[in-house]
Amino acid sequence: MILAASAGNVLVWAVWVSAGFACLASGVAVVSFSNPFFSALALIGNLGSLAVLYLLLSAEFVAAAQVLVYAGAVMVMFLFVIAYVGPRQETPWQGGPSWQTVGAVLAAGAIFVEIVVVLGLKAGGRLSHTHSVNGTFGSPGWIGRLFLTDHLLAFEITSIVLLVAAVGGVILGEHTKRRDVAVEDAA
Amino acid sequence: MLYSGMQGPGVVWYVGIAGFLFGIGALGVLVRRNPLIVLLSLEIMLNGANLALIAFARNAGNGAGQIFALAVMAVAASEVCVGLGLVVALHRRRLPLDVDALSELRG
Repeated sequence: MILAASAGNVLVWAVWVSAGFACLASGVAVVSFSNPFFSALALIGNLGSLAVLYLLLSAEFVAAAQVLVYAGAVMVMFLFVIAYVGPRQETPWQGGPSWQTVGAVLAAGAIFVEIVVVLGLKAGGRLSHTHSVNGTFGSPGWIGRLFLTDHLLAFEITSIVLLVAAVGGVILGEHTKRRDVAVEDAA
Repeated sequence: MLYSGMQGPGVVWYVGIAGFLFGIGALGVLVRRNPLIVLLSLEIMLNGANLALIAFARNAGNGAGQIFALAVMAVAASEVCVGLGLVVALHRRRLPLDVDALSELRG
Protein backbone atom coordinates (compact mmCIF):
# COMPACT_ATOMS: atom_id res chain seq x y z
CA MET A 1 0.00 0.00 0.00
CA ILE A 2 2.73 2.40 1.04
CA LEU A 3 4.86 1.23 -1.89
CA ALA A 4 2.00 1.90 -4.32
CA ALA A 5 1.45 5.37 -2.85
CA SER A 6 5.13 6.27 -3.18
CA ALA A 7 5.21 4.93 -6.75
CA GLY A 8 2.28 7.19 -7.60
CA ASN A 9 4.07 10.07 -5.94
CA VAL A 10 7.19 9.50 -8.05
CA LEU A 11 5.04 9.33 -11.18
CA VAL A 12 3.35 12.65 -10.36
CA TRP A 13 6.74 14.24 -9.72
CA ALA A 14 8.04 12.93 -13.05
CA VAL A 15 5.03 14.29 -14.94
CA TRP A 16 5.33 17.62 -13.10
CA VAL A 17 9.03 17.96 -13.92
CA SER A 18 8.59 17.16 -17.60
CA ALA A 19 5.48 19.35 -18.04
CA GLY A 20 7.01 22.24 -16.11
CA PHE A 21 10.25 22.03 -18.08
CA ALA A 22 8.35 21.89 -21.39
CA CYS A 23 6.22 24.83 -20.27
CA LEU A 24 9.15 27.10 -19.37
CA ALA A 25 11.29 26.03 -22.33
CA SER A 26 8.52 26.68 -24.84
CA GLY A 27 7.83 30.02 -23.15
CA VAL A 28 11.46 31.03 -23.67
CA ALA A 29 11.19 29.77 -27.26
CA VAL A 30 8.11 31.96 -27.93
CA VAL A 31 9.98 35.04 -26.77
CA SER A 32 13.25 34.27 -28.55
CA PHE A 33 12.19 33.06 -32.04
CA SER A 34 12.46 35.79 -34.65
CA ASN A 35 9.80 34.27 -36.92
CA PRO A 36 6.30 34.70 -35.42
CA PHE A 37 5.17 31.44 -37.06
CA PHE A 38 7.63 29.41 -34.96
CA SER A 39 6.67 31.46 -31.89
CA ALA A 40 3.03 30.52 -32.38
CA LEU A 41 3.94 26.84 -32.75
CA ALA A 42 6.00 27.03 -29.54
CA LEU A 43 3.02 28.62 -27.78
CA ILE A 44 0.92 25.58 -28.69
CA GLY A 45 3.47 23.41 -26.86
CA ASN A 46 3.31 25.81 -23.92
CA LEU A 47 -0.50 25.55 -23.77
CA GLY A 48 -0.41 21.75 -24.00
CA SER A 49 2.05 21.38 -21.13
CA LEU A 50 0.00 23.87 -19.09
CA ALA A 51 -3.05 21.67 -19.63
CA VAL A 52 -1.05 18.75 -18.15
CA LEU A 53 -0.24 20.88 -15.10
CA TYR A 54 -3.96 21.76 -14.75
CA LEU A 55 -4.78 18.06 -14.78
CA LEU A 56 -2.24 17.47 -12.00
CA LEU A 57 -4.08 20.17 -10.00
CA SER A 58 -7.34 18.23 -10.63
CA ALA A 59 -8.84 20.98 -12.80
CA GLU A 60 -10.12 18.69 -15.55
CA PHE A 61 -12.65 21.05 -17.10
CA VAL A 62 -10.22 23.97 -17.25
CA ALA A 63 -7.62 21.71 -18.90
CA ALA A 64 -10.14 20.64 -21.55
CA ALA A 65 -11.26 24.24 -22.11
CA GLN A 66 -7.60 25.28 -22.38
CA VAL A 67 -6.96 22.80 -25.17
CA LEU A 68 -10.24 23.57 -26.98
CA VAL A 69 -10.26 27.36 -26.65
CA TYR A 70 -6.56 28.16 -26.86
CA ALA A 71 -4.94 25.42 -28.90
CA GLY A 72 -8.08 24.99 -30.96
CA ALA A 73 -9.53 28.42 -31.64
CA VAL A 74 -7.09 31.15 -30.60
CA MET A 75 -3.99 29.56 -32.12
CA VAL A 76 -5.75 28.83 -35.41
CA MET A 77 -6.65 32.53 -35.59
CA PHE A 78 -3.05 33.47 -34.78
CA LEU A 79 -1.63 31.20 -37.46
CA PHE A 80 -4.17 32.50 -39.97
CA VAL A 81 -3.20 36.12 -39.31
CA ILE A 82 0.53 35.29 -39.41
CA ALA A 83 0.02 33.60 -42.78
CA TYR A 84 -2.08 36.58 -43.98
CA VAL A 85 0.48 39.19 -42.92
CA GLY A 86 3.29 37.14 -44.41
CA PRO A 87 6.86 36.59 -43.26
CA ARG A 88 8.09 40.00 -42.22
CA GLN A 89 11.37 40.13 -40.37
CA GLU A 90 11.66 42.37 -37.38
CA THR A 91 13.63 45.54 -38.09
CA PRO A 92 17.24 44.80 -37.11
CA TRP A 93 18.84 46.12 -33.96
CA GLN A 94 20.39 49.55 -34.25
CA GLY A 95 23.62 49.40 -32.30
CA GLY A 96 23.78 47.95 -28.83
CA PRO A 97 20.94 47.25 -26.40
CA SER A 98 18.77 50.30 -25.87
CA TRP A 99 17.70 51.52 -22.45
CA GLN A 100 14.33 49.81 -23.01
CA THR A 101 15.94 46.38 -23.35
CA VAL A 102 18.17 46.91 -20.33
CA GLY A 103 15.17 48.05 -18.27
CA ALA A 104 13.08 45.08 -19.42
CA VAL A 105 15.77 42.57 -18.50
CA LEU A 106 16.23 44.26 -15.11
CA ALA A 107 12.46 44.18 -14.47
CA ALA A 108 12.19 40.50 -15.43
CA GLY A 109 15.18 39.68 -13.21
CA ALA A 110 13.51 41.54 -10.33
CA ILE A 111 10.31 39.49 -10.86
CA PHE A 112 12.30 36.23 -10.83
CA VAL A 113 14.17 37.13 -7.63
CA GLU A 114 10.90 38.21 -6.03
CA ILE A 115 9.23 34.89 -6.90
CA VAL A 116 12.07 32.86 -5.41
CA VAL A 117 12.20 34.96 -2.23
CA VAL A 118 8.43 35.07 -1.66
CA LEU A 119 7.88 31.38 -2.33
CA GLY A 120 10.91 30.44 -0.27
CA LEU A 121 9.48 32.38 2.67
CA LYS A 122 5.95 31.06 2.19
CA ALA A 123 6.71 27.42 1.34
CA GLY A 124 6.63 26.26 4.94
CA GLY A 125 3.56 28.33 5.85
CA ARG A 126 -0.02 28.29 4.62
CA LEU A 127 0.81 27.01 1.14
CA SER A 128 2.24 23.76 2.49
CA HIS A 129 -1.17 22.77 3.84
CA THR A 130 -3.39 21.67 0.97
CA HIS A 131 -7.06 20.93 1.57
CA SER A 132 -8.28 17.51 0.55
CA VAL A 133 -10.91 17.52 -2.19
CA ASN A 134 -13.36 14.92 -3.40
CA GLY A 135 -13.63 13.36 -6.86
CA THR A 136 -16.04 15.95 -8.26
CA PHE A 137 -13.55 18.82 -7.78
CA GLY A 138 -12.94 20.40 -11.18
CA SER A 139 -15.44 18.23 -13.07
CA PRO A 140 -17.65 19.86 -15.76
CA GLY A 141 -20.85 19.36 -13.77
CA TRP A 142 -19.35 20.96 -10.68
CA ILE A 143 -18.04 23.95 -12.69
CA GLY A 144 -21.41 24.35 -14.41
CA ARG A 145 -23.28 24.35 -11.12
CA LEU A 146 -20.89 26.98 -9.73
CA PHE A 147 -21.29 29.11 -12.84
CA LEU A 148 -25.08 29.06 -12.63
CA THR A 149 -25.38 29.57 -8.87
CA ASP A 150 -22.54 31.37 -7.08
CA HIS A 151 -20.85 33.00 -10.08
CA LEU A 152 -23.78 33.83 -12.36
CA LEU A 153 -22.79 37.51 -12.68
CA ALA A 154 -19.24 36.58 -13.79
CA PHE A 155 -20.74 34.21 -16.37
CA GLU A 156 -23.00 36.89 -17.85
CA ILE A 157 -20.27 39.55 -17.82
CA THR A 158 -17.99 37.13 -19.67
CA SER A 159 -20.56 36.79 -22.43
CA ILE A 160 -20.84 40.59 -22.73
CA VAL A 161 -17.04 40.93 -22.91
CA LEU A 162 -16.90 38.39 -25.74
CA LEU A 163 -19.73 40.13 -27.60
CA VAL A 164 -18.04 43.55 -27.32
CA ALA A 165 -14.74 42.07 -28.54
CA ALA A 166 -16.44 40.45 -31.53
CA VAL A 167 -18.15 43.75 -32.45
CA GLY A 168 -14.81 45.55 -32.05
CA GLY A 169 -13.07 43.07 -34.35
CA VAL A 170 -15.74 43.51 -37.02
CA ILE A 171 -15.56 47.32 -36.81
CA LEU A 172 -11.75 47.30 -37.04
CA GLY A 173 -11.89 45.17 -40.17
CA GLU A 174 -14.66 47.15 -41.87
CA HIS A 175 -13.27 50.61 -41.15
CA THR A 176 -9.95 50.01 -42.87
CA LYS A 177 -11.65 48.54 -45.92
CA ARG A 178 -13.79 51.64 -46.38
CA ARG A 179 -10.70 53.82 -45.92
CA ASP A 180 -8.83 51.88 -48.60
CA VAL A 181 -11.68 52.32 -51.08
CA ALA A 182 -11.77 56.07 -50.34
CA VAL A 183 -8.01 56.32 -50.92
CA GLU A 184 -8.28 54.44 -54.20
CA ASP A 185 -11.17 56.68 -55.35
CA ALA A 186 -9.17 59.79 -54.57
CA ALA A 187 -6.23 58.43 -56.54
CA MET B 1 -13.64 9.21 -2.58
CA LEU B 2 -11.49 11.60 -0.58
CA TYR B 3 -7.92 12.15 -1.63
CA SER B 4 -5.79 12.65 1.45
CA GLY B 5 -4.06 15.83 0.35
CA MET B 6 -2.02 16.01 -2.83
CA GLN B 7 0.46 13.68 -4.41
CA GLY B 8 3.67 14.90 -5.93
CA PRO B 9 4.91 18.49 -5.67
CA GLY B 10 3.11 20.95 -3.43
CA VAL B 11 1.16 23.96 -4.62
CA VAL B 12 4.20 26.17 -4.07
CA TRP B 13 6.04 24.51 -6.98
CA TYR B 14 3.16 25.22 -9.36
CA VAL B 15 3.03 28.84 -8.23
CA GLY B 16 6.78 29.05 -8.88
CA ILE B 17 6.28 27.89 -12.49
CA ALA B 18 3.42 30.39 -12.82
CA GLY B 19 5.64 33.23 -11.65
CA PHE B 20 8.45 32.30 -14.02
CA LEU B 21 5.99 32.10 -16.92
CA PHE B 22 4.71 35.57 -16.05
CA GLY B 23 8.27 36.91 -15.96
CA ILE B 24 9.14 35.34 -19.34
CA GLY B 25 5.98 36.82 -20.86
CA ALA B 26 6.67 40.25 -19.40
CA LEU B 27 10.19 40.15 -20.83
CA GLY B 28 8.77 39.30 -24.25
CA VAL B 29 6.21 42.11 -24.12
CA LEU B 30 8.87 44.65 -23.20
CA VAL B 31 11.70 43.51 -25.48
CA ARG B 32 10.06 42.33 -28.72
CA ARG B 33 8.78 44.83 -31.29
CA ASN B 34 6.71 42.64 -33.60
CA PRO B 35 3.09 43.12 -32.40
CA LEU B 36 2.28 39.47 -33.16
CA ILE B 37 5.02 38.25 -30.82
CA VAL B 38 3.97 40.86 -28.24
CA LEU B 39 0.47 39.34 -28.34
CA LEU B 40 1.89 35.82 -27.97
CA SER B 41 3.97 36.94 -24.96
CA LEU B 42 0.84 38.49 -23.49
CA GLU B 43 -0.82 35.07 -23.77
CA ILE B 44 2.08 33.60 -21.78
CA MET B 45 1.55 36.20 -19.04
CA LEU B 46 -2.19 35.44 -18.87
CA ASN B 47 -1.46 31.71 -18.72
CA GLY B 48 0.97 32.23 -15.87
CA ALA B 49 -1.76 34.05 -13.94
CA ASN B 50 -4.19 31.24 -14.80
CA LEU B 51 -1.84 28.57 -13.47
CA ALA B 52 -1.45 30.50 -10.21
CA LEU B 53 -5.25 30.85 -9.89
CA ILE B 54 -5.79 27.14 -10.40
CA ALA B 55 -2.98 26.22 -7.99
CA PHE B 56 -4.52 28.44 -5.30
CA ALA B 57 -7.97 26.99 -6.00
CA ARG B 58 -6.53 23.52 -5.39
CA ASN B 59 -4.82 24.74 -2.23
CA ALA B 60 -7.97 26.31 -0.79
CA GLY B 61 -10.19 23.48 -2.04
CA ASN B 62 -12.85 25.77 -3.51
CA GLY B 63 -13.90 26.61 -7.03
CA ALA B 64 -13.65 30.39 -7.27
CA GLY B 65 -10.11 30.19 -8.67
CA GLN B 66 -11.14 27.87 -11.49
CA ILE B 67 -14.14 30.05 -12.36
CA PHE B 68 -11.84 33.06 -12.48
CA ALA B 69 -9.38 31.16 -14.68
CA LEU B 70 -12.18 30.50 -17.17
CA ALA B 71 -13.10 34.21 -17.12
CA VAL B 72 -9.42 35.04 -17.80
CA MET B 73 -9.55 32.68 -20.78
CA ALA B 74 -12.54 34.59 -22.19
CA VAL B 75 -10.70 37.89 -21.70
CA ALA B 76 -7.65 36.44 -23.47
CA ALA B 77 -9.81 35.37 -26.40
CA SER B 78 -11.29 38.90 -26.65
CA GLU B 79 -7.81 40.43 -26.46
CA VAL B 80 -6.61 38.21 -29.30
CA CYS B 81 -9.68 39.15 -31.36
CA VAL B 82 -9.08 42.90 -31.02
CA GLY B 83 -5.27 42.63 -31.20
CA LEU B 84 -5.27 40.58 -34.37
CA GLY B 85 -7.89 42.94 -35.84
CA LEU B 86 -5.43 45.77 -35.22
CA VAL B 87 -2.58 43.83 -36.82
CA VAL B 88 -4.69 43.12 -39.91
CA ALA B 89 -5.72 46.80 -40.08
CA LEU B 90 -2.05 47.85 -39.88
CA HIS B 91 -1.16 45.40 -42.63
CA ARG B 92 -3.93 46.74 -44.91
CA ARG B 93 -2.79 50.33 -44.48
CA ARG B 94 0.78 49.18 -45.21
CA LEU B 95 2.12 50.44 -41.91
CA PRO B 96 5.25 48.85 -40.43
CA LEU B 97 4.61 46.01 -37.99
CA ASP B 98 6.80 47.51 -35.29
CA VAL B 99 5.37 48.71 -31.98
CA ASP B 100 8.13 51.31 -31.63
CA ALA B 101 7.34 52.87 -35.00
CA LEU B 102 3.60 53.03 -34.24
CA SER B 103 3.69 55.98 -31.88
CA GLU B 104 1.07 58.20 -33.53
CA LEU B 105 -1.30 57.91 -30.59
CA ARG B 106 1.34 59.14 -28.20
CA GLY B 107 0.24 62.43 -26.65
